[in-house]
Amino acid sequence: MNFEEHAAKPLLRSVGITVPESGLARSAEEAAAIAKRIGPCVVKAQVPTGKRGKAGGIALAASPEDASVEAERILGMEIAGLPVRSVLVEAQVPIAKELYAAVLNDSDTKGPLLLFSAEGGMDIEDIAANHPDALVRLPIDIREGLSRATLDDAVPEVDGVDRAALLDVLAGLYEAYAANDAELMEINPLIANADGGLVALDCKFTLDDSAVRRHEKLAKSGTPDKLTELEQRGQDIGFKYIELDGNVGVLSNGAGLTMTTMDAISHYGGEPANFLEIGGNAFTLGKQALEVVLANPRVKSLLINFCGAIARTDVMTGGVLEAWDDVNPQVPVFWAISGTGEADARKMLKDKLGIDPYPTMDDAVKAAVEAVR
Amino acid sequence: MIVRGSETVLVHGITGTQATFWSDKMKEYGTKVVGGLNPKKAGTEHLGLPVWASARDAVSDHGAAIDCSCVIVPPAAVKQSVMDALDAGIKKVVILTEHIPVHDTMYFLSAAHEAGASVIGPNTAGIVTPGECFVGFMPAFNDRVFKPGSVGIISRSGSLGTLVCLNMVQAGYGISAFIGIGGDPVIGTTTKDALGCLDEDPKTQAIALVGEIGGGMEEEAAEYAKGMNKPIVSFIAGAASPSGKKMGHAGAIVMGDKGSYAGKKAALEAAGVTVLATPSGLPDVLKEHLTA
Repeated sequence: MNFEEHAAKPLLRSVGITVPESGLARSAEEAAAIAKRIGPCVVKAQVPTGKRGKAGGIALAASPEDASVEAERILGMEIAGLPVRSVLVEAQVPIAKELYAAVLNDSDTKGPLLLFSAEGGMDIEDIAANHPDALVRLPIDIREGLSRATLDDAVPEVDGVDRAALLDVLAGLYEAYAANDAELMEINPLIANADGGLVALDCKFTLDDSAVRRHEKLAKSGTPDKLTELEQRGQDIGFKYIELDGNVGVLSNGAGLTMTTMDAISHYGGEPANFLEIGGNAFTLGKQALEVVLANPRVKSLLINFCGAIARTDVMTGGVLEAWDDVNPQVPVFWAISGTGEADARKMLKDKLGIDPYPTMDDAVKAAVEAVR
Repeated sequence: MIVRGSETVLVHGITGTQATFWSDKMKEYGTKVVGGLNPKKAGTEHLGLPVWASARDAVSDHGAAIDCSCVIVPPAAVKQSVMDALDAGIKKVVILTEHIPVHDTMYFLSAAHEAGASVIGPNTAGIVTPGECFVGFMPAFNDRVFKPGSVGIISRSGSLGTLVCLNMVQAGYGISAFIGIGGDPVIGTTTKDALGCLDEDPKTQAIALVGEIGGGMEEEAAEYAKGMNKPIVSFIAGAASPSGKKMGHAGAIVMGDKGSYAGKKAALEAAGVTVLATPSGLPDVLKEHLTA
């Protein structure tokens, strides 16, 4: 789950990292009122995506009037498909130097990884490409945490930056990462002022979706993924449904198999209408899955591809067939079934619809694609 | 990472609905399940097997070291459960649970590393040695899907792994070992680890590597594959998936260029691995390699 800047920065403040004075505004009037209180400011679009500056979603404002005009403009914008519903009005901070700092879950080292660069103000990809030697990569053992001595060894002296303050910020950043089950906790830019003091000008925080349950209060200030109506319906029921642009509906089990089903549709010249998987613990949801996949009016043929490991094909097939008469599919449906429970599943299909599944997934996919040509 | 029929297995959370179904299947297939854990039901029997409160109790009551833990407990309980297994000296831990907080996973992987134990998963469908035993949620007992033989299979996904095994067996090949490594972003046994294990396994003559978009494990495995003599064929799922969305598996997400289908395919092909557009053709390519 992603967090907008205004929702992420309090996590930094709570570990002692300085952030500029600010207020959240949902209208031009509110923005002007905040600007009046804090003086010359920056008006920043609040959307959980990067590239806000390049999109024109960040503007300087010298006066409350400027802030009002900029807020009015930015509040009407869409950035990366996301409508801007609020702006952060933040005090301007003099910048002597821009740095980069982040802690993230690293699959290579299987632990937290601290990244630090004295060259900041650009995306981490650009820092890694343009200043590879300046990028410090410090793997951390999550059982031991991050000691001051380790930090002191790993982080070089930075001209014009107070060293104790820098180590404090990095230690605090790790603390905020660890306390909040972060996938990513990033400060970019971390700026140094003329006195060598440090201020976090931005903060990007992603909460691990699997850890939301132990951060219920925090999660309320996160930004849920933007879902279509059908995607929301799938999420409420308890399976993963992603709406796509094609017209061949997909009902499958397991993430890997479902992606593969989409790949095969694409390979044989069709276009998948959705990702929908009822694997894992969702395999009892065959009935609801049939309803959701056929609720998309673009679907002109439906591919049901079950290959059972934990997900029993007899239970999934039973669920789909239970909903069959109610849903009354008006598009041709193509079946492939193998794995756990397949003998029972085949029999159910024969008894209910008088048909056999296709011998292989590829045969079923070809037929489903052919049907919409 | 290959499980042998002689290895003893302890099921953490054995009394749950899924665990009951699959423990019974494991036993029936020949896996040496010695019992299970559930602190609330310690001292009782389940499926005719003893139920203990902790792995340490299990080892002491069983009277010998236990080789393998199979963890099927709710996500919030997994960290404690794995630490319990490590504490009892168990050196192979297969974690089937999905949706474990990644910070918990990093914690017990660090502890396992220190203890010299290998972790398979989390979020794996398990491991199968056809004709001997299996640990996990795999239809090892279905002889259309699994038969003993010489092809080793690596897969992040249980459902797709099952399909690939089925394709192999229907084409007349047998399976030496199936290693499900799991769909989470941070896992104990990587694609490269599993590849190394099959490389050293004398029964394995060829390998089917089934990958997924997201992360960098296939690229890392490709580097290792350059030094191998056994033929490898591969399918990577997710070519048709949109960028920036998690495709069911928490690890299956493309961010920018990182984790993309094109990058993985190119890396594997540079290592001499044939990468196919659908998994059904894998046995045919294998045939060419094995007769060449």
